[in-house]
Amino acid sequence: MTIRTEPMTVNVGPQHPSTHGVFRLRITFDGEDIVEVEPVLGYLHRGSEKLAEERNYVQVITLTDRLDYTSSMINNQAYCLAVEKLVGIEPPPRAKYLRTLAAELQRIASHLIAVGFFIQEMGAFGTPLMYTFRSRERILDLFEMLCGARVTVSYMRPGGVFSDTPEDFWPALDRFMTDFRDEFADLEALLMENEILLARTKGVSPLEPDVAINCSVSGPVLRASGIDWDWRKKEPYDAYDLVDFDIPTGSNWDNYDRFWVRMQEIRQSMRIIEQCVDQIEPGLVRIPELPLVLRAEPGAEAYGRVEASKGELGFYLVSDGGISPYRCKIRSPSLINLTITEHLLVGWKLADMIVSLGSIDINMGEVDR
Amino acid sequence: MFPSQCEDTILRDNPLFRFIYDYASSLLPCWVSYVLAGVTIMLILINAVLLGAAVVSWMERRLLGRFQNRIGPNRWGPFGLLQPIADLFKLITKEDLIPAGADRIAFTLVPIIMVASLILMAAVIPFAKDTSLVDLNVGVLYILAISSITSIALFTAGWASDNRYALFGTARSVAVLISYEVPVVLSLLGVVMIVGSMSLSSIVEFQSVPFIVVQPLAFFVFLAGMSAELNRTPFDLAEAESEIIAGYHTEYSGIKFALIQAAEFGGVLVVSALITTLFLGGWAGPWEDYLGWAWFTGKTLLIVAVFSWIRATFPRLRIDQIMAFSWKVMLPLSLINLAATTVEVYVLKSGGITTLELWIMAIINLVLAGVCLPLFGRLMKDKIRKSIPSGVSQSLRDDPTG
Repeated sequence: MTIRTEPMTVNVGPQHPSTHGVFRLRITFDGEDIVEVEPVLGYLHRGSEKLAEERNYVQVITLTDRLDYTSSMINNQAYCLAVEKLVGIEPPPRAKYLRTLAAELQRIASHLIAVGFFIQEMGAFGTPLMYTFRSRERILDLFEMLCGARVTVSYMRPGGVFSDTPEDFWPALDRFMTDFRDEFADLEALLMENEILLARTKGVSPLEPDVAINCSVSGPVLRASGIDWDWRKKEPYDAYDLVDFDIPTGSNWDNYDRFWVRMQEIRQSMRIIEQCVDQIEPGLVRIPELPLVLRAEPGAEAYGRVEASKGELGFYLVSDGGISPYRCKIRSPSLINLTITEHLLVGWKLADMIVSLGSIDINMGEVDR
Repeated sequence: MFPSQCEDTILRDNPLFRFIYDYASSLLPCWVSYVLAGVTIMLILINAVLLGAAVVSWMERRLLGRFQNRIGPNRWGPFGLLQPIADLFKLITKEDLIPAGADRIAFTLVPIIMVASLILMAAVIPFAKDTSLVDLNVGVLYILAISSITSIALFTAGWASDNRYALFGTARSVAVLISYEVPVVLSLLGVVMIVGSMSLSSIVEFQSVPFIVVQPLAFFVFLAGMSAELNRTPFDLAEAESEIIAGYHTEYSGIKFALIQAAEFGGVLVVSALITTLFLGGWAGPWEDYLGWAWFTGKTLLIVAVFSWIRATFPRLRIDQIMAFSWKVMLPLSLINLAATTVEVYVLKSGGITTLELWIMAIINLVLAGVCLPLFGRLMKDKIRKSIPSGVSQSLRDDPTG
C-alpha cells in the first residue's frame, strides 16, 4: 500500500528566527525535502540609491553605513574609493594604512557574526555565538575610539579618514590582538573538529565552480568553491599591495568549506592588521584643504570596488557636474550571492536549508538597499 | 462509592498517607479521611515537581550563562532565584491566544496532558527511603508507559494548532520518540534482570555498586535516549528554534506556554531523578537514613547540570542522522549490553548476586563499553564523512576556472 502524500508550501520568513532579517522564502516541501524555492525580496527596501542622488558626496557616506550594517567600515571604503576615482584625488599613506586596518578589523567582526550565526542556525544553543560576540564587542569598542560610533561608523572620507587615532588606540589594539589570539583559538577548538558540525556540513549543498562563476558569486562563497579570486590581490587598493597575506580556498565547495574559508580569513586579517601596525608612520590622515563640497567633471564616471566581507562591493558613480552624484549604483555582494539560493537548497532537507542560507552570509540591509 | 475497607489502597505503604489517614479517621468517616489524606500527599507531590521545575529552569539558565561568558538571570531575588516566578507572572498576564483554525479542545488539552504525565512519572520515584508516593512493583514499566504519553501530547499539539511549523515539529518528534523508545526500553532490561524486580526502591536498595559502572552502556543509551525524548540538544529537532520556530508549541502563548515550559524543565528534573534512581544509587550515601533526600537531590542536580552542559556544547543533528544514530548505534549497543548482562546474570545468579559479583560484572561491562563506544563512534563517523556530493565532475575539481 502506498500512502498518498502531497507537497506542502511554507513561507519561511519574513518573520523567522534564521533568515538574517526580513528575507522570505516560499519553499515547497515534500516531507522534509525541498522541491521548490522562491526567494522574495524587498522587505527592507529604503531607496539608498535614490537618496544618494539628493545628498552631496560626503553626506552619502552615512547611507553606506546602513547598507551592510555588519561591515560599515568596508562600505565606507568602497564608496570613498569610488569618489576618489571620480574626483581624481589620492589619500596620504597614513590614511591608506588606517583604512586598511579599520577594514580588516571590520572583516573580522563581520566574519565572527557570520560564523557565530552559522553555528547558531545549526542548533548550538548560543555558546559559539557568545564566544564570537565577546570578541566583536572589543572590535566595536576600538571603532568607538576611532570615530565615536560603534556600528554606523562613517569613519572614512574621500581623501582620507575622518580624524587621526587617539593616543590610547594603539595600546588598546595591541591588547585586543593579544586577547583575540586566545579567544579565536578557543573558538577553533570548539568548532573546527566538532563531530556534529562536520556531520551537518561536510558535503552538504556544494556550489560547483562553474555555477559560482556563472552566477557571478563573489567573496568567501566563491573562494570556498575553489576559485582563488580576491580583489585585495587582483586589484589592490589602499595599502593592500604593501602587506602580505594568503587567500584560503576550499576544495569540497560545501557548507563546511564556506565556514572554513571564513575562519581562515579571520587569521589572514589578523596578519594584515599586525603588518599595518608595524608599517604605519605618522603623517597626514586626510588631504589638506579639500573642499567640503566636492565636485566632479560633468559626465565623469567611476567604479570603485573592494573585497567586502561578503564579496565584491562596488559603487558606480556618474556625475553631472553637480555637488551630488547623478547616479549611484550599488553592486552589493549579498544580493548577487543570493542568486545561488535555488541551486544550493533544492534537493536538500529543511535543516540543511537554514545552514546553507547561513553559509552564504547575506545581510538584508545590503540585499534590498 | 468508596469502599468501606478504605485502608486497602495502593497508597497504604506511604507513611504520610497512613499518618494523616489514621489521625483523621478517628474523627471523620473513613472516605473523608481517605480523600483528605490522598489530596494532601498529591498536592505535596505536584508542588514539589512544579517548584523543582522552577529551580531547574533557574539553574539551567544560570549554568548556560556561565558556559557562554554571560551572567545569566541575577536580578530578582538572591542569585536571581525568583526569576522563574517573575517569568510565570509575566506569562500569566499575557493574552492567551488560540488560533482561529485550531481545534480548541485538543489545543487546550496539550499542556495539561504534558504536565499531568510528568507528575504521574514523579509519583513512583523514591526521593528517600520509603518516601515515594507509591512504591509500585512494576515501577520501571509504569515509567516507560507514562513517558510515552508525552508523544501523544506532542502529536495533538501539532495537529490542533493548525500551523505548518507545528506540523513539522510533530512529524519529527513522533518519529524520534518512536525510534528512541526501543533502545531505551532495551537498555533498562539489563538493570531489571540484575535486580530481578521492577520496583524502583528495590533497584535502589540493590545498588551496593552504582549501576552506572555495572551497566555503563545502558547508562549511555538511556542518557542519550532520554535527551531525545526530552527534545534537548543534540536531539532537539522537534522544537528546533532556528529551523521551525518553536516546533509543536509555536502557537502556544500565555499560561499554556508556561505549562509547556514547566513540563519541559520538569521533564529534565524527573528524568534526572530517574537516572539517579536507576544508575546512581538513588538515596544511597553516608548517613542515608537521615540524609537520603540530600544525596538524592544532589545527584539529581548533578545530572541536570550534565544535561545543561550537553545543551550548551553541541549543535543539532539532522533528522536522518538522528534516526541513523538510534537504529544503527543505540539499538546495537543496547542489544550488546542486554546479551552480555544475560550471560553474566545466568552464570552468577545461582545464589543471588553479591557485591563482589557486581564488581566483576562492572569490570567486564566497562571493558565492553570501552571497546564498543569508540568502535560505533568510528563507524558512525565514517558513514557521515564519506558523503561526497554527487554530480560533480572530477575535471572541474582539477581546474576550477576551466
